[in-house]
Amino acid sequence: MENARVAILGSGNIGTDLMHKLKRSKFLDATVMAGIVLESEGLARARDNGLVTTHEGIEGLLALADQFDIVFEATTASAHLEHAPLLKKANKVAIDLTPAAIGPYVVPLVNLNQHVGEPNVNMVSCGGQATIPCVHAMGQVAPVEYAEIVASIASKSAGPGTRQNIDEFTNTTAHGLETVGGASRGKAIIVLNPAEPPVLMRNTVYGIVEEADPEKLRQSIEAMVRRTQEYVAGYRLKAKPLVEDFPGGKGKKKVTVFVEVEGAGDYLPKYAGNLDIMTSAAVKVGEEIGKHLVAGTWQKKETMEARV
Amino acid sequence: MSEMTKIHILDSTLRDGSHALAHQFTAEQVMQVVKGLDEAGLEIIEVSHGDGLGGSTVTYGFSKQSEMELLKAAASVIKRAKLAVLLLPGIGTKEDLKMAADFGAKVAQIATHVTEADIAEQHIGLAKKMGMKVISMLMMSHMGSPEKIAEQGKLVESYGADVVLVTDSAGALMPHTARERIAALRASVKIDIGFHGHNNLSLAVANTVAAIEEGARWLDACTCGLGAGSGNTPTEVISAVLDKLGYDTGIDMWKIMDVAEDVVRPMMLKPVRIGKVSLTMGYAGIYSSFLLHADRAAEKFGVEARDILVEIGKRKLVGGQEDQIVEVAMGLAEGKKQASTA
Repeated sequence: MENARVAILGSGNIGTDLMHKLKRSKFLDATVMAGIVLESEGLARARDNGLVTTHEGIEGLLALADQFDIVFEATTASAHLEHAPLLKKANKVAIDLTPAAIGPYVVPLVNLNQHVGEPNVNMVSCGGQATIPCVHAMGQVAPVEYAEIVASIASKSAGPGTRQNIDEFTNTTAHGLETVGGASRGKAIIVLNPAEPPVLMRNTVYGIVEEADPEKLRQSIEAMVRRTQEYVAGYRLKAKPLVEDFPGGKGKKKVTVFVEVEGAGDYLPKYAGNLDIMTSAAVKVGEEIGKHLVAGTWQKKETMEARV
Repeated sequence: MSEMTKIHILDSTLRDGSHALAHQFTAEQVMQVVKGLDEAGLEIIEVSHGDGLGGSTVTYGFSKQSEMELLKAAASVIKRAKLAVLLLPGIGTKEDLKMAADFGAKVAQIATHVTEADIAEQHIGLAKKMGMKVISMLMMSHMGSPEKIAEQGKLVESYGADVVLVTDSAGALMPHTARERIAALRASVKIDIGFHGHNNLSLAVANTVAAIEEGARWLDACTCGLGAGSGNTPTEVISAVLDKLGYDTGIDMWKIMDVAEDVVRPMMLKPVRIGKVSLTMGYAGIYSSFLLHADRAAEKFGVEARDILVEIGKRKLVGGQEDQIVEVAMGLAEGKKQASTA
């Protein structure tokens, strides 16, 4: 069966890592990479890998519109706000890795099926991709009253965009814990650690859940971690999920999950699991959408205007 | 003699001090302490969760009463002093800062790890825009070389901070290493410089004096030496020491002693002291706020708190990474179990 064809918009670290992952995909063919700097290293690498490239940004990309159906947005939030309506007009599905969040948040194993047909989907945040599956897994056993996560990442893996707008991470991730993870209330914390050699991405996920069988909670989380490993190989538990009685909580449980994310080291360094989980999850989302496009089962939803 | 040099003191009994009470201050207690400090002539009084606005969490421990209730209580009795709050970008957000300003906070301490000041640009900018005085804290200052601190000081100055504080979160600095950091800042920034000490090596007062002699004009302190780890520089002690050295703090020494002895001490759940765990923190340079968490995890999992600290040292954890302490303790307990069954 033929594969869906995809373009990468943005020739930086994320775009380049995406390209390497897409080359392994059984369901997607990367055909075009668009950047804005003629001599960019990312575009040169893309050409070496047989992609058509343009340094004329979104205009250059749209001039090649007959060569792809899906676009991975790997630029910036402000750029995506300009690109999104143009991509939609050209009938391309946008998978947005920036914090622009024009379309609904998607986390592959949690809510992707609900959003097949959206012209634009957003990848939440690295912390969201790493922790929302655990909260969802708790929620399959008992209602999650409160979810809190701490994401620790290597200082070197946090670019200037993240640093200048650190609240965007905390607010977006907290919102994702609620709207996608299903927690009644969410809270997210991020810590940058400058240790050398750089530390791997580390996440602690806490859930306060209604009365439930501890063993069922652990099994649900462990099963979710195994399924997540299918698209992020370096995603793993650092310890067995801890289930305790929540003090004064009438049978309520406090669940603690310790997760580490080691990157695949495709283009980004292995410690940057925070970036790897974004590109890996985006490829997974692209594959699911791509399968529907090829099979003709992708039905366009008209919900984007309401959000813009 | 010419006019006495003015030293600006921020009392953090109701912020850093709250670590020693596991963040359990009530609104009623806040009112009593603020009233006492205000009458004793404190210039700035800080009220926040120990880990800053938004710190009331599973990770750092829930506050007994919400930040809003505590700030409201403080604002209702404060007369002369300015109300301050702490914010750690990554834990709290700009929304928390706006809330605090609405409740009357006039001073914002914005704290980052010593190498990561660039995550605070927006928060410093917002606080300035709201008319607040901004004190930028470079935490775990012992982990930054004087050159690094000079560089980060320049950054926060460019963002609009009014004061930059060498913050010895681990109580690991010595008088000469504190001096080197103040001197480096003096050579690189035009804004005021200050010092925040912890007493894990019993050097909080000595380091503070060294910092002042080197040109620091702002400092943080807590009555009864409350605070994370072995606590902060005691307000009543540093007031007396600075008085003897001929500095003007604006504090009534006898009144602040009374506040410490009669108001704050009865609220303490246990004495703040230099125990083997907090001493190890000062010696090895580990974030003082980890103390309570390491003690609890050690008890729960039947391991030595000091062994937890050793592993934390290996992982090079920084402020905010309290979440890993339980995992470290679980790992040690598992190792112990395997060793005993082998």
